[in-house]
Amino acid sequence: MAYSAKVMDHFQNPRNVGKIENADGVGEVGNAKCGDIMKIYLKIEDDCIVDVKFNTFGCASAIATSSMATELIKGKPVSEALTLTNKAVVEALDGLPPVKIHCSVLAEEAVKAAIKDYYDKNGIEYDADLFGESGCSNCCHCD
Amino acid sequence: MRVYADNAATTPISERAKAEMIKYMDAEYENPSSLHSFGQSAAEALMEARERIGGCIGADAGEIYFTSGGSEADNQAIISAAHFGAKKNKKHIISTKIEHHAVLHTLDRLEKEGYRITLLDVDKSGLITAEQVKEAICDDTCLVTVMFANNEIGTVMPIAEIGEVCRERKVTFHTDAVQAAGHLHIDVKEMKIDMLSISAHKFHGPKGIGALYCRRGAYIESLISGGAQEKGKRAGTENLPAIMGMATALEDAVSNIDANAEKLCAMRDRLIDSLSKIDRTIVNGDRVKRLPGNVNMCFQGIEGESLLLMLDMYGIAASSGSACTSGSLDPSHVLLALGLPHAVAHGSLRLSFSEYTTDAEIDHIIECVPKVVERLREMSPVWEKILRGEEIL
Repeated sequence: MAYSAKVMDHFQNPRNVGKIENADGVGEVGNAKCGDIMKIYLKIEDDCIVDVKFNTFGCASAIATSSMATELIKGKPVSEALTLTNKAVVEALDGLPPVKIHCSVLAEEAVKAAIKDYYDKNGIEYDADLFGESGCSNCCHCD
Repeated sequence: MRVYADNAATTPISERAKAEMIKYMDAEYENPSSLHSFGQSAAEALMEARERIGGCIGADAGEIYFTSGGSEADNQAIISAAHFGAKKNKKHIISTKIEHHAVLHTLDRLEKEGYRITLLDVDKSGLITAEQVKEAICDDTCLVTVMFANNEIGTVMPIAEIGEVCRERKVTFHTDAVQAAGHLHIDVKEMKIDMLSISAHKFHGPKGIGALYCRRGAYIESLISGGAQEKGKRAGTENLPAIMGMATALEDAVSNIDANAEKLCAMRDRLIDSLSKIDRTIVNGDRVKRLPGNVNMCFQGIEGESLLLMLDMYGIAASSGSACTSGSLDPSHVLLALGLPHAVAHGSLRLSFSEYTTDAEIDHIIECVPKVVERLREMSPVWEKILRGEEIL
């Protein structure tokens, strides 16, 4: 199993690490038992993601996918960030080893969970189908 | 600075072992099975290697069988004892939860074939007692297999006491001594061991070669059919260069065993004491009954693969028992057997040393590990929860 140069770059120099005080939306997915937790903070102005930060507990690809996902949604309208897919994150990182694909799924879910939190906090109506089951259903066998 | 701290995975080959191998690749390349005088000198070398290796563990030359490594030796020992037991309707095997997969997966296979397997629990430092073995032995027990020392957490099992119990109950006793050979004193007669596995690349010998000691009179069967090499117990032309390299490496390791252990224990303890100062850190394994070159710790709130790869950036080669490094979903079975929660076991780090390790290298590790742990904790939501006093499972 080898990581691409892009994955190693985002692992070694992760972008947007940190927290946002009084964030407009916070999403946390994953489970410590499985070894991955991602937490994403959003600052939203005029329906646009003006700032994003993340905290991640996990392997190198968990950190790299969090970093890349935040890069991909920064400065974007919320509606566009909602269309982020795990596949886009994988492609932007020049691929992930098959056993690490679940990290990109978690990154997508973390972004969605943060946006859902923003919608909920602000009483914005949304289509519940946009937000499926989040968590680590893709990565492990927790009971 | 580049620091190789993964000697439990493999060790660099010694110059003397390498020179011995080259000799048997170049000038003395012949097949020991050939009848001509050329081949006969190879056969003599092979016999001499058997004596040298036997001498290192208190065995006779005739009790040493060469294999492709530790895994094959474990497989052959366990399968032989199991099949021999089955002939007398004895199909119960006793082992521990923290064995190497070469043992555990072989036992899984036997279980599917109808054997009853008892895996003994270890205590929180990773040890079992001879008393546990005694209590587990039944009338139909055909084999007890307990590792000499654990590859992950370095705990050293009470082998002589277990040997005593097994001999008394006339149960075959095998030990996987892959991590112990060349590092800890082994005397198969004194310790009442019937079968023992070793692997050359764990003591500065070459890869792809190992040996199975099998006490005279104990039953072994061949896993590989073919020629009559190894008294018909292991077909295939002997890898003479590797065998000679292994003999040289083991002799060197054993003749320096006390000096090496003294040096390594001092380095190990200095490192453990220093890294233990990092907040929320757990030392895995027993502090005293421990391989001289093994350090294994868990740093709460971080994950082992990131830790490993970030240490790699600082030039340090280490290992981890996290799920991510094993390619499976669960962290190491050894760490879980100690009773560690999954989340903690994910944050394990193994550093393993050899007599080639220097104090300057230990200093470099002492300097880098706290930095890396801090950096990963800063970005860890789990660490934040730990600091808030939340329970992490």
